[in-house]
Amino acid sequence: MLEVKQVSKTFNAGTVNEKQALREVSLTLQDGEFATVIGGNGAGKSTLLNLVAGVFAPDSGTISIGGRDLTHLPEHKRAQFIGRVFQDPMLGTAATMQIEENMALAMRRGQRRSLRIGITKAEREQYREVLKILDLGLEDRLTSKVGLLSGGQRQALTLLMATLRKPDLLLLDEHTAALDPKTAAKVLEATERIVQKDHLTTMMITHNMKDAIQHGSRLIMMYNGRIVIDVSGEEKKRLTVPQLLELFNKVSGSDEADDKLLLS
Amino acid sequence: MDFIFGLLKAMPGSVAQGLIWGIMAIGVYVTYKILDLADLTVDGSLCTGAAVCVLLTLNGCPVPLAMLCSVLAGMAAGLITGLLHTACGIPAILAGILTQLALYSINLRIMGWGTDNGSKANLPISVDKYGLLVSSRYVRALDSSNPIWVLVIFVIAVIALLYWFFGTELGSALRATGANGNMARAQGINTNFTKVLGLMVSNGLVALSGALVAQYQGFSDVNMGRGAIVIGLAAVIIGQVLLSRVFHNFALKLLAAVIGAIIYYVVIQFVLRLGLSTDDLKLLTALVVAVFLAVPYWKSQYFSHPGRKGGSVHA
Repeated sequence: MLEVKQVSKTFNAGTVNEKQALREVSLTLQDGEFATVIGGNGAGKSTLLNLVAGVFAPDSGTISIGGRDLTHLPEHKRAQFIGRVFQDPMLGTAATMQIEENMALAMRRGQRRSLRIGITKAEREQYREVLKILDLGLEDRLTSKVGLLSGGQRQALTLLMATLRKPDLLLLDEHTAALDPKTAAKVLEATERIVQKDHLTTMMITHNMKDAIQHGSRLIMMYNGRIVIDVSGEEKKRLTVPQLLELFNKVSGSDEADDKLLLS
Repeated sequence: MDFIFGLLKAMPGSVAQGLIWGIMAIGVYVTYKILDLADLTVDGSLCTGAAVCVLLTLNGCPVPLAMLCSVLAGMAAGLITGLLHTACGIPAILAGILTQLALYSINLRIMGWGTDNGSKANLPISVDKYGLLVSSRYVRALDSSNPIWVLVIFVIAVIALLYWFFGTELGSALRATGANGNMARAQGINTNFTKVLGLMVSNGLVALSGALVAQYQGFSDVNMGRGAIVIGLAAVIIGQVLLSRVFHNFALKLLAAVIGAIIYYVVIQFVLRLGLSTDDLKLLTALVVAVFLAVPYWKSQYFSHPGRKGGSVHA
């Protein structure tokens, strides 16, 4: 269970570039809940995700997973609870290392790394099996360098790596935004499959309203550093894009039908 | 004819030097290629290794033990650079320069240990009085006293040890740190720790090389490490340019750095025989490294063939 309590974050405080990215945001994700987070540029969704991941610390408020306070834990220590997929397909994998080496690194997420051998034979077989889930033929390319893979393949691999050791929380940061529509759909489909299979508590940021509605059990919309819409259950299932837009205009108190949100 | 004969006669010396500096080049490979850091500590830690080895040997310490202490001293130097970089937030290149500068004084103090003013720029050691492992005196010998054998064993041992280490969980974490720091942290790797560790391993190897250089030439000198980083880079780059198409295995890539070092010393010998002054060597070395670094860049800028990019991808 993820608990974000009264978290605020301001960038460049005291300068002309001061930007209040998050204003006392609170959010609780129950175990197994799959929340999609949507919002325009600068709404605060990436800041929220990075705060949870530990990329930087909040100015105030607390973040905990499973009752354990993580607020002051550095990024690499939080990794034992959190699996992450980045927006940029280049960020989630090590290009100069082999597919199996990348997976072996992910397999040891949050574990102590000793002078034991980096990949065991048994692991290799296991990797071959799990790679089949992706249906990309990667199971036959275990020793290929990841740099040879396409963006979509890399993103799918990152997703698999993030969930290889079951995380308490899976963070997806617009992980399909940099892909072409067809590949994006495939990666999303794989996401859905993996999240369902392991009942992962998931937070998925997206720019795409349709994706946000189609996927997950809960939809959160952010605007100007706050959570403005939070729907789940039956209400979420019935939601349509026009309804969501209308809802958004109502709560944000503006008529600026956010073209960016609609179009992307 | 004399020219060629002279060159051939100088060959064993070039090979021996290349092997010794090859170990140093492997150290540079660890930071420059694996960690993706340019570490200038090596200019100082090479002499630290040499000074510690000579001082301890002169004071009755067995040579292998003295060399082990050299490695530890080099690792300590790497630790300092690493902490300056990670704990103090100083850019890696500057952190290395700071340590290197500090080591200049420290090296003088090491070599001046026990003397009246406690500081010395040069410390000779005689191969006749002490059981040195390698010496240039026997480099043309045709029996087992030839230092090349010992050096080959050292090079093989270093490569084997690193091959094992970089295959372990910890070594893989170190490689991941250099390949993609973001990814490494997301996998729970403390990249500050791995960077410090890599700098320690690298400078330990450089100090080992320094200890061998000192024995080989019969003295340690406070200026012996000047420009060492450039020689190390030259070796790494020459090895990579000439052999990267045939050497894919990690151990062979390390070997390529050693071969690069040997080629470097053969070429140096060649240009010296052509009449170049030893005073101009550093200029020449800098030029060679600059050209080897620039050519791949120019190639990518002006002669790139986008269509060929995917050509070598095999399923």
